[in-house]
Amino acid sequence: MSADASESNLGWDPAPTQGWVAPHIAAEFPGLGISWVEVDGHPGRSPEPVRRRLRDLSDRFYGAQAIHMREQPIPWAYRVFYRQIGLDPDRARTPVEQLAFDRIRDGAFKSEGMPADALTVAIVETGVALRAFDADRLQGSLCVRDSAPGESLPGQPGELSQGTLTIADEKRPVALLFGETAAGYGVEPASRRLAIVAVQVKGVPQIAVSEALWMAAATVEAANP
Amino acid sequence: MTDLLARESPMGLRVGVDERPARVELRRQVGRLERELAGLLAEGFGRVTVDYRVAAVAAAPRVLDLGELEQLRDELAERVADARVTLREQAEVETQNRELLRQMIASPADFKWAIVTRDDLGLPSCGAWHSRPRLGPIGMLMGWWRVKVSSGCPLSGRLAAVE
Repeated sequence: MSADASESNLGWDPAPTQGWVAPHIAAEFPGLGISWVEVDGHPGRSPEPVRRRLRDLSDRFYGAQAIHMREQPIPWAYRVFYRQIGLDPDRARTPVEQLAFDRIRDGAFKSEGMPADALTVAIVETGVALRAFDADRLQGSLCVRDSAPGESLPGQPGELSQGTLTIADEKRPVALLFGETAAGYGVEPASRRLAIVAVQVKGVPQIAVSEALWMAAATVEAANP
Repeated sequence: MTDLLARESPMGLRVGVDERPARVELRRQVGRLERELAGLLAEGFGRVTVDYRVAAVAAAPRVLDLGELEQLRDELAERVADARVTLREQAEVETQNRELLRQMIASPADFKWAIVTRDDLGLPSCGAWHSRPRLGPIGMLMGWWRVKVSSGCPLSGRLAAVE
């Protein structure tokens, strides 16, 4: 991974690293992209400021917003992309819609520790789909590509159907696109460096992606001074 | 990695004719229909149930072929059409109820004991217009009918007291 933390006062490089998209996939889905930042951090209980922020976020998020969410540009863009890749966004919900659903069901954005809370804050504020990996496990640059014959997702039984869209590093798929994470690549108790990854789709502006990554990374860093 | 980059098209999408423009167009239509359906769902929320579900086409994320995209587009179009019909029918019912309420307020005695709720009119929150006699049985005998407007949703304190 390429982020050089030593050159930044923040402890992480605020400029997202851009991954690549397989050319034939990019031709099918213009606007599809992947970018990430790396930040020092480890899982654990969220500090009080982060939990307070979640409470504040809960207080200004209502059912009406959840109903109208799918009409807003960024959540709509992800819904459409889900449809276009064959998923049902009402069953496999987009990240922001899943959080909205949880908020309405639970009555609040419940704290699930770091880095989940950092992702929640950034996703709800921006609508951008984020996820976290253990950066030390990733090898090289991330990309979005379809699975090759015989490939499988570590920890998952069987081979991936050929053409399955995945997030991959230079060695192997590390997650399904908007799906499961391969065993060992997610954030685990032993993780000490996190890669916060944003998947951009057509209709999601780059500035929103940068803001989401910045917000999540800053929250993780603030929780791990 | 080089091998992956060298592959020009996903498996199953290699055909004699370039179908990509058709797929792009279908994806555009899917996007437009999805937005339309979202608007209709929001419009009907709390008033009427709008069937908006379209099942997943694939078990895992992948590039859909032309046939699958057409199927998806058609199902979304069907949902949009159904939602429009449902909302139009609901709007007609609500219009009839508004007319009923207008007549009821004008002549309560012609609509004895009739109740029109805010729900019947497609309005949010609680409340109802109820045609009932003044002074109970005396009003019934004398024909003193009036429309009484309910005071809205029960207060949480009163509900708690009941429990």
